[in-house]
Amino acid sequence: MDVLTDNFSLYGEGFLGTVELTVYASILALVLGFLMASFRVAPVGSLRVIGTVWVAVLRNTPLTLLFFAVLLGLPRFGLVLPFEVFAVLALGCYTSAFICEALRSGINTVPTGQGEASRSLGMTFGQTLNSVVLPQAFRSVIPPVGSTLIALAKNSAIAGAFSVTELLGTYKTLNELGYSIVWSFVWIAVGYLIITLTISALFNVMEKRWGVAR
Amino acid sequence: MTHSTAHATALYDIPGPVTRKRHFTYGVISTIVILALFGWILYLLFDTDQFTAAKWNPFTYKGIQELLLRGLGNTLKAFAYAAVLSLALGAVLAVGRLSAHRPVRWLATLLVEFFRAMPVLVMIFFIFVALKVQPLPALVAGLTLYNGSVLAEVFRTGIVSVERGQREAAYALGMRKTQVTTYVLAPQAVRAMLPTIISQLVVALKDTSLGYLITYEEFLHAGKLIASNLDYDLPFIPVVMVISPIYIGMCMLLSWFATWMARRQRRNPKTEAVGVAPAQPGTVLPGRQ
Repeated sequence: MDVLTDNFSLYGEGFLGTVELTVYASILALVLGFLMASFRVAPVGSLRVIGTVWVAVLRNTPLTLLFFAVLLGLPRFGLVLPFEVFAVLALGCYTSAFICEALRSGINTVPTGQGEASRSLGMTFGQTLNSVVLPQAFRSVIPPVGSTLIALAKNSAIAGAFSVTELLGTYKTLNELGYSIVWSFVWIAVGYLIITLTISALFNVMEKRWGVAR
Repeated sequence: MTHSTAHATALYDIPGPVTRKRHFTYGVISTIVILALFGWILYLLFDTDQFTAAKWNPFTYKGIQELLLRGLGNTLKAFAYAAVLSLALGAVLAVGRLSAHRPVRWLATLLVEFFRAMPVLVMIFFIFVALKVQPLPALVAGLTLYNGSVLAEVFRTGIVSVERGQREAAYALGMRKTQVTTYVLAPQAVRAMLPTIISQLVVALKDTSLGYLITYEEFLHAGKLIASNLDYDLPFIPVVMVISPIYIGMCMLLSWFATWMARRQRRNPKTEAVGVAPAQPGTVLPGRQ
């Protein structure tokens, strides 16, 4: 217990670091994932190829390798940014591939007849998209997007090993200060549980409100 | 330009001649943009002298090649241990979660939920730092705990989703509980879940790279050693260009195997009693199902 009360500000800093990483990377992943999903279902062949390659490559890239390449590689091109930004970039791009797949399969659950019906009613593409396809797709997409974002929050731990301020990294300082390692890890675990369970609860609420009635 | 009706979605109509022409224009524009982007990256690579002989020569040295191969071997070794052990742990935990004894069920559920909710890296660091274990066993143990728990859920879902009639028929024939599970339910469940199991093994293969962070001498670690060598003019980008295709290629091969397996299984009469799970990456939401 002492470990937590003595180092509350250290833990708080790490916790906020993880939350910040998770939030920013989630936003990037959702935006990029949406873009790539729209590429993947586009009627233009070359856009589909871009989306497919993006997903196939990033989904099969070890995240550590991506961090390694982005955090230590991009500076070689003269691109010098704070490590936090690089970490958000790596995490966001990696997760966008999974978000893209979730969104795409959500769009694919909408039966073709729905679009055909709306077009035969004279709806424009925008109307079909906004009032027929996306509302239905959104409902079935909530659970997979939720689990992807939870995975993102857990993956953000890797950033700590590349000297970004976040929760897992706090163990090093505590270790040097001579606190019990086991207890410092217990509180790190509690921190991660709080974050993942919050996201899980958030998406459970969303699903209860808007999810598909099964 | 290919036809866009390959997989029809609700979004687009079958294009007419004018639309097709428009799509063709979009296609040309996006191709040009992409090629320009590639060109720019290539220019950057040349501009920052990434293709000089000094940076690429090391890869012709025997010692460097051996270092890389040893790293790759260590990666595959960690993967093999982690795969076998997590399959075993997954089976044990799945049996525990399906047990008729309540304490066993609770314990198994607790373990599965906890290890799935924890970042793998936290477990690996805990085992490495707090329990002072060697890098390889720490890495394998962390991967086993995490992937084993995920696989336990996969096995359990598979067994639960075997058609009820199969179980009833087996009990009616006078089989015991263990016999029903081992001879009737498990074979069908595993066969149907094979794509998902292999996809989870891809996750394990990807996560072996976490060993780099606890100084396990795996592939990425070997790359880092070469990249930070001043004698070779810090060939960081060349190292990434050599390592990533191999890493990504291995994972892709395994992913494609999972997809191929799923497609084949769906036509297999032996998996009729269970719906074949599509090969999917990542994991399910904790506390769901």
